This record gives sequence, structure tokens and C-alpha cells, in this order.
Amino acid sequence: MQMIMPDSILLLTFNANRLNVLVALLICGALVAYFIWKGRRGGLYLRPISGLSAIDEAVGRATEMGKPVLYTTGLGKMERVATIASMNILGNVARKVASYGTPLIIPCYDPVVMAVAQEVVKESFAREGKPEAYRSDNIYYVTQSQFGYAAAVDGVMVREKPAANLFLGTFEAESLILAETGNSIGAIQIAGTDSTIQLSFFIVACDYTLIGEELFAASGYLSGDPKVTGSIKAQDWLKVLITVLIGIGVILSTANLNFWQNLFGPK
Amino acid sequence: MLLKLPLIIVAVFGLFMLVQFFVEAPFLDHTYQEILDWVQIIYLFTLWVGAINLIKLHLKKSTHKKEAPYSVVTLSGIVIMLFFGLIQGKEVGSVFDWIFKNVQVSLQASMFSLLAFFVASAAYRGFRARSTEALVLLSVAAIVMLGRVPIGDLISGLIPDFANWILNFPSMAARRGILIGIGLGTVATALRVLLGIERTYLGR
Repeated sequence: MQMIMPDSILLLTFNANRLNVLVALLICGALVAYFIWKGRRGGLYLRPISGLSAIDEAVGRATEMGKPVLYTTGLGKMERVATIASMNILGNVARKVASYGTPLIIPCYDPVVMAVAQEVVKESFAREGKPEAYRSDNIYYVTQSQFGYAAAVDGVMVREKPAANLFLGTFEAESLILAETGNSIGAIQIAGTDSTIQLSFFIVACDYTLIGEELFAASGYLSGDPKVTGSIKAQDWLKVLITVLIGIGVILSTANLNFWQNLFGPK
Repeated sequence: MLLKLPLIIVAVFGLFMLVQFFVEAPFLDHTYQEILDWVQIIYLFTLWVGAINLIKLHLKKSTHKKEAPYSVVTLSGIVIMLFFGLIQGKEVGSVFDWIFKNVQVSLQASMFSLLAFFVASAAYRGFRARSTEALVLLSVAAIVMLGRVPIGDLISGLIPDFANWILNFPSMAARRGILIGIGLGTVATALRVLLGIERTYLGR
């Protein structure tokens, strides 16, 4: 392999068009770091999220009925933050499932997600002291065809009749196909996605829906790790900051002063 | 060390992507392209992991009486497509192409078409006026739906305008509120992963 080494190799130029993004990122990073530090000292409160509180109920119901729990991360690949957030929730769900001795079925759209899910579930079973109860066959690759995947998951629902369906991750047009099939078999359904379009379908068809940042907050909420909880608290303060900035922008724009708007707009 | 190595890899590549986004330099662009190429190459190999998992699972299931028919269909599909793909290639007019267009595409279209029925059943449940909020939802949905079809304009020219106003202002404001939350959640999660605070994805 020939390496091209031009004269300008050491020429570094800061992209000034992205200065606003850098400032926002630094503010964001500083707040996250501060609240992580504060979180380590304890005493941070997170409001209850009904969708996450319902996970215990869903797993408990599946155990009582002697039926499995179905978990899907949707169509997202591993590099998507929603999939990472879903894996964080999966770790906690798997620990509960392991402690109750309930089967957990995870059909995967992506082979990398499958490998990560297998590792997460295996580790959770080991942590609960039940490594022998782990079944790698229950976490399997299906297909990379969107509606092929929907058909396969629907088939699993109809055949296995899971008592609880968890749809947490990235979903597209197949969201309603999955959620309505789950509804027809009478499963308790908890959903969460970063797609605003699919959220409306999940809200209608599922019992609980994690809206917006609730999916990303789930990890801290379920694990109770003060460092993660601290970063979630930072998100709340950032929202307050953004609301104030928007408020100032509305007032100034109404007064026909557009410099504020230009400050945040694309360069 | 087994735990630290993946964390170091994530931190190094994550920070590189961050620096590359803000700093322009020929060697950074070159390295960025090189990394993207490697991601594609590695991804192709992971497909083998998926395919082997699928075949192993269905070979095992094909011995179970209850699940055998589905597994036989799946395995037959893999063998037939592989056979014709290797013999003739997948050019237009080949058997592979014919099966893809007439079986795979048709099946996918059928699944997508089911969405219309699912939307109807979900809308029926969602729009039942059981509370004040549900009544508001039902009324707004009725206006938006009427505003999107010619009959709405025939009833009154104001209906499409009102439907557009609902979509462009109250609905958009709510969507942007959720999007801001998602954006902040994404940044916070990414920072946690970069800093090694979030390790659940490693099974820890």
C-alpha cells in the first residue's frame, strides 16, 4: 500500500463554520462533567419513568404466565446511539429475566448487534449467578430486509406468544406492524425509539412508550449508577439552557433583531 | 486489560472522529476515509457471522416437529439463492434476479401493504374519545385528515389551511421539543461512551 505524504500534511485548519457546534459541545461537556462529579457525591433525584418502572411488571407477568419475553433493538446498527442505549436497557432486563428464570428471545436485524446482545445477556446471567440458564440460541440473526425482519418477528410473536414485548431502539415503517401484532396476542408492550414519526405509532399500540430522551436516560435510571445519573441531570439543565436561549431568540426576532438567530444558524 | 482494551479503542477512535469534524487537514481526511473503508470491510465479515448463526440455528430447528417447516423453507431459500447466484450471477434476466423480483420483492410489498390495515386498527383504538385529551386528538386528526384530501377543500377552503397550520406550528413545536431531548440524550450518551462511563454495551 503506497502512502501519499503531501507537503501540506501538517497543515491544520480549524473549521470556523463549526465554531457554534464546538461551543455547544464544550458547554454540554462541562455540564455533564460537573454533574457526574456531583453525582458521585450522591443525592441526585430522577423522576420516575413509567415505561421503565413497567419493565419489572412485564417480566413478572411473563414469569407468572410461563411465557417468554421478546426483546428487539429494531433496525439500528451498533454505531447508532439508540442501539447502544437499548443495549444498556437489555443488560438490566436480562438480569431480571435471569433472576426469574424466564426465557428471553432476541431476534436481531444486524449480526454485530446479535453478537453484542449475546455478550450482554450472557454477562447478565453470569452476574445473577445463573450462567447455565443462558441460551445463545434465543438470540439470533434474522435478516437485513426490513419487512423480512418484521415478518420474522411477527411470526415469533404468533408462535411463541410472548407475555411481554420490548421494542427499544431504532424503528421505521415496521414499528406499527410489530406493535399491532404484539397487541393482537395480548402482550404487555413497552417501546422506545429516537424516531419522532414512529413514536406516535408506538404510543397508540403499546402500553408504555419511552419518549425522546427517556430512552437514553434509561441506563442511569435502571442501573442507579451516580455517574450516569449525573449525566442525565446535565441533560435536564441543558434543556433549561436551550429553552432560555429560544425564549431570548423569540423576543429578539419579534423585535426584528436577527443577530441572535444568525448566531446559532448555519454558517 | 481485557476490559481496558475495548474502552481505549472506543476512546481513541471516538476522539479522532471528534477532532476530524472540527479540524481540516489532508491527513485527517485521508485517515477518516481509510477508517470508513475498514468499517465496510469489517462489516462484510460480520455478515458471515450472521449467516452462519442463521444456518446453524435452522439446522437445529429443522429437527423439531413444530418449527421444522419454517426452518426448511429458510434453508431452502438460502441454498437455492446461493446455487443460482454462484452459477449464473445476479444479472438482469438470471434466475437469481427472477426469484428476487418475483418472490422477495412481492413478499416485502405484501408485508408493507399490511401496514394499511394496522394503521386502521391502531387509529380506531387511538381515536376513541374516552377522555378530553382523546377528544382533542380525535378532532385534530379529523381536521388534518380532511385537510389532506380534496373533499376537505370542497367543504371549506379553510380546512386545508387549518390542517397545515396544525402541522406547521403546534405539531412541529412538539416534534422539535422531542428532537431537542433526543439530541441532548444522544450527546450525553456519546460522552458517557467516550469517557468509558457507559460500559453496558460491553456486557459490563
